[in-house]
Amino acid sequence: MSIMTPEGLAGLIFLFLAAVTLAGALIAASTVRLPRAVAGLALSFTGLAGIFYFLNSPFVALMEMLIYVGAVCVAIVFAIMMADPGVEKGASSRATAIPAGFSAALGALFAAGLIVLARNTMWPPPAARLNDGSVIQVGHGLITTYSMVFELISIVLLMAIIGALVLARKGRDPE
Amino acid sequence: MNFLALANHMESYLVLGALLFGVGIYGMMLRRTLIGMMISGELILAAAALNFMTFSRFLAPDPVTGRIFTLFIMGIAAAEAAIGMSIIIAVYRNYKSVETDQVAELNG
Repeated sequence: MSIMTPEGLAGLIFLFLAAVTLAGALIAASTVRLPRAVAGLALSFTGLAGIFYFLNSPFVALMEMLIYVGAVCVAIVFAIMMADPGVEKGASSRATAIPAGFSAALGALFAAGLIVLARNTMWPPPAARLNDGSVIQVGHGLITTYSMVFELISIVLLMAIIGALVLARKGRDPE
Repeated sequence: MNFLALANHMESYLVLGALLFGVGIYGMMLRRTLIGMMISGELILAAAALNFMTFSRFLAPDPVTGRIFTLFIMGIAAAEAAIGMSIIIAVYRNYKSVETDQVAELNG
C-alpha cells in the first residue's frame, strides 16, 4: 500500500497515534517529577482518543478528551498542588524497595503474555451486525437497555462527590 | 508485513492495549508516591477501555455495548480520581507526606 493513498495516510496517522500513546504512557510511568508524569498521562490519553477515532467512534473519542484529559488529569494536578510531593525519592533508601528492573520485567511479562494470547487466539467474526454503533444508537442504548446502569452510575458519581467532600473536609483547621 | 495496513487489524489494537497495561503495571510497581500509583492505575483502566472498544468494533454483533461500557469505565475512573484525590489530601494532612513508605502505620 502506497503512502500517497488515503488508506496509506490513515495508516501512517494510526502508527503516529499509537507511538504518541505509548510514549505518553512511558513518560507517565517513569519520570521522576510528578507534574511531568501528569503531562505524559494527558499526552497518552490524547493519542488514545485518536485511536478511538480509528475504531469508528468519534463520540467516545470526544468523551475521552473531555473526561480523561479535561477532568481526571486536572484532578490529579490539583492533588499534586495540594500534597506537593516534589521529586520522588529513589528506591535506594528502603530495604524492602522493589527494584526498577523487577518492575520492568513484570510489566514486560504481563504485556508479552497478553500479546501472545491476542495473536494466537482465533477470534470469530460476528455473524451479523445489528447496527453501526452511531451516536444515535448509543443514545438509544443508554435510555433503553442500559437505563438502569446509567442511573446507577449517576448515583456512584453523586456518592463520589459527597465522599470526596467528607474525606477532604475532615481534619481541616477551624477558622 | 505492511505497516500502513495495521489500522485495519484487530491484533494491532490488542497489542497496543497489552503494552499500555504492561506500562501501567510497571509504573504501579515503580512509583513511591500515592499520586504516581494513581496515574499508573489510570493507564491500566485506559488499556481495559481500549480492549472494550476494539472488541466492540471488530467482534461484537452489537457495537453499542462496548461503547457504553467504555463510557461507564470513564465515569468510574472520574469517580475514582475524585475519591483518590481526597484520600491523598487526608493522608497528607495526617502524615505530611504522600510517600508510600512513610504511610506505614494504621493508627493515624
